[in-house]
Amino acid sequence: MTYARRALAVAWKDLVVERRSKETLNALLFFSLALLFVFQFALGPDRERLAAVLPGLLWLAFILSGVLGLGRAFLVERENDCWEALLLTPGDKSAIYLGKLAGSLVLMAVVETLVLALFVLFFNVDLGPALPGLALVIGLGTVGIAAVGTLFAAMTAQVRARELLFPVLLLPVLVPVLLGTVKATEALLLREPLAAVAHWLKLLVAADVIYLAIGLLTFDFILEG
Amino acid sequence: MTTLLGWLAGLGLVAGLVMGFGVAPREVTQGNVQRIMYLHVPAVWVAYLAFTVGSAASIAYLAGRRAGADRLAHAACEVGTVFLGVNIATGAIWGKPTWGTWWTWDARLTSVAVVFVMFLAYLLLRGAIEDRERGARYGAVLSIVAALNIPLVHFSVYWWRTLHQPPSLLKPGSSTMPRVILTALLVNFAAQALLGAYFVARRARLLAAEEEALA
Amino acid sequence: MVAVPLIRVVGLVRVFGAQRVLDGVDLDVGAGEAVALLGPNGAGKTTLLKIVATLLRPTRGTATVGGHDCVRQAEAARALLGVVAHGAHVYEDLTARENLVFWLRMGGHAADRDALAGALADVDLERHADARVRTFSAGMRRRLALARLTLTQPRVLLLDEPFAGLDQRARKWLEGRLETFKAGGGAVLMATHSFGRELGVADRLAILTGGRMALDTPRAGLDPQDVQRLYVAHTEEVS
Repeated sequence: MTYARRALAVAWKDLVVERRSKETLNALLFFSLALLFVFQFALGPDRERLAAVLPGLLWLAFILSGVLGLGRAFLVERENDCWEALLLTPGDKSAIYLGKLAGSLVLMAVVETLVLALFVLFFNVDLGPALPGLALVIGLGTVGIAAVGTLFAAMTAQVRARELLFPVLLLPVLVPVLLGTVKATEALLLREPLAAVAHWLKLLVAADVIYLAIGLLTFDFILEG
Repeated sequence: MTTLLGWLAGLGLVAGLVMGFGVAPREVTQGNVQRIMYLHVPAVWVAYLAFTVGSAASIAYLAGRRAGADRLAHAACEVGTVFLGVNIATGAIWGKPTWGTWWTWDARLTSVAVVFVMFLAYLLLRGAIEDRERGARYGAVLSIVAALNIPLVHFSVYWWRTLHQPPSLLKPGSSTMPRVILTALLVNFAAQALLGAYFVARRARLLAAEEEALA
Repeated sequence: MVAVPLIRVVGLVRVFGAQRVLDGVDLDVGAGEAVALLGPNGAGKTTLLKIVATLLRPTRGTATVGGHDCVRQAEAARALLGVVAHGAHVYEDLTARENLVFWLRMGGHAADRDALAGALADVDLERHADARVRTFSAGMRRRLALARLTLTQPRVLLLDEPFAGLDQRARKWLEGRLETFKAGGGAVLMATHSFGRELGVADRLAILTGGRMALDTPRAGLDPQDVQRLYVAHTEEVS
């Protein structure tokens, strides 16, 4: 099926380019490390205080790296002047959206895994049995962030002041995702069962579905000259 | 047509003020400052109505590419944002003498603030795009995202504030509303809706005039 | 019965903000024909090409490719188009071969190894097939873009300065390909700044100035000096 093949081609191309240039991944990893230090210094050595705000900090790190990384999603097209060439390809342009999204998800998954590991190390968090639930929450949240982020990245790619406009567009829209993931993470870290956060999970799923649907349906209009 | 709308809006506002400051009863504990509610509450209703119209017009634009649909969408979202700003401002003015604070992160205020910022971002985006046609397309997509996000914002913020926490003491209004207060609110809502429609019509006209001048 | 020209532009107007970049342009390019689009910078050549390429919408007027409206039937128009723009559309961190594979897959074509090798050999890039495009010169990138066209077999070619940055050998190759393309019934619209030998492939000259078509004439019988004179005459008028 050509649709799937085109989406995969875009994802493959992005991952190959990223693997060779390593620009985004390296930058995001160092950024996350820097954030960790900033959090520590801003909040002081008080263990209890840190433990209380840990879920918030974790998602702050995820969202800020997401904003940085996703903002660059179409940079490779812009730098290589390929935006128009993509537009000229036949067929449903939403395949390009899906491919970009897939590539971004892989990238974010790598960054988030490393950030989580750093958090466990630096802040001495015991994940234990919470890990599978946490992985689910992180997965759902990341899909939501990436789904809107990819769409907005395409929108701002060709606009003045794109570096400023992108976070301004993205962050307010992501408030539900932020709330859902932080609250669910908080509960899971307190060893509450997954069922206790079922409403948050449903919210995240609903958000993901809505954002993905809008992305798939409207990407054509964004990409168009 | 627009002028008629303007006159009706003017009359409606007068009626609304009379209802709010004259007819409606003086609130026992808060005093006259509570009357600001007749400005504050209808404003958010009008704003959300405007956003609904705006996103519907956006969908219509994407479907039919008629510039008129985009002008309506742009004007409606703009006017909606203004009314939401009025709601937030009047809320703060009400809050300071009544509860001692300009702002609080309770469910209602927070969700309105998030929606306000979302649509401010819409205006920012449209301002940043010079090409009218591209601005229309991108704006349409953004307003659809923002509008569909509104229920998500409301639910998430409400759960954030109320679950595992005592309900907020700062919720304005009571559950059973005396008839005269409800009437006053509705009159003000109608008045503000007319005013909003008048603003939207004038704004859309202005946008059309701008395009004429350039093309 | 007159066949609809492969490219037809009628009354094209394009406004950017406050500027009228195209102010009522008409142009036809038939099958087997190549039209060279000349004009000073800012005359609207690239804008015209972009509209025909379905990359921009006109403010007024119509453009059709193979009878398909570029706005309302953009997909059908695109299926016939081969576009080579300034930017060559290549990803620097991919190799030449990987670029071709990517664009072929995006176009829904099969990425046949032999066909790829053949196309690369055609443009004299087979030695660099697995080198990253980052290391390529401008001319090599242009050749890679042209190799892509060999594989996708369009019916209409839109070229923006196709000969720029090419050495003698590549120029000859390109002239030959364009002649073959025309002979096969394709149409070519190319924007160019040069009045040299390359114009030999053009059947007509169209001079665009200030958003308007100043001259549309057959090229036969004109040598480069004639072309130069005509160009100066028609672009001086408006300056």
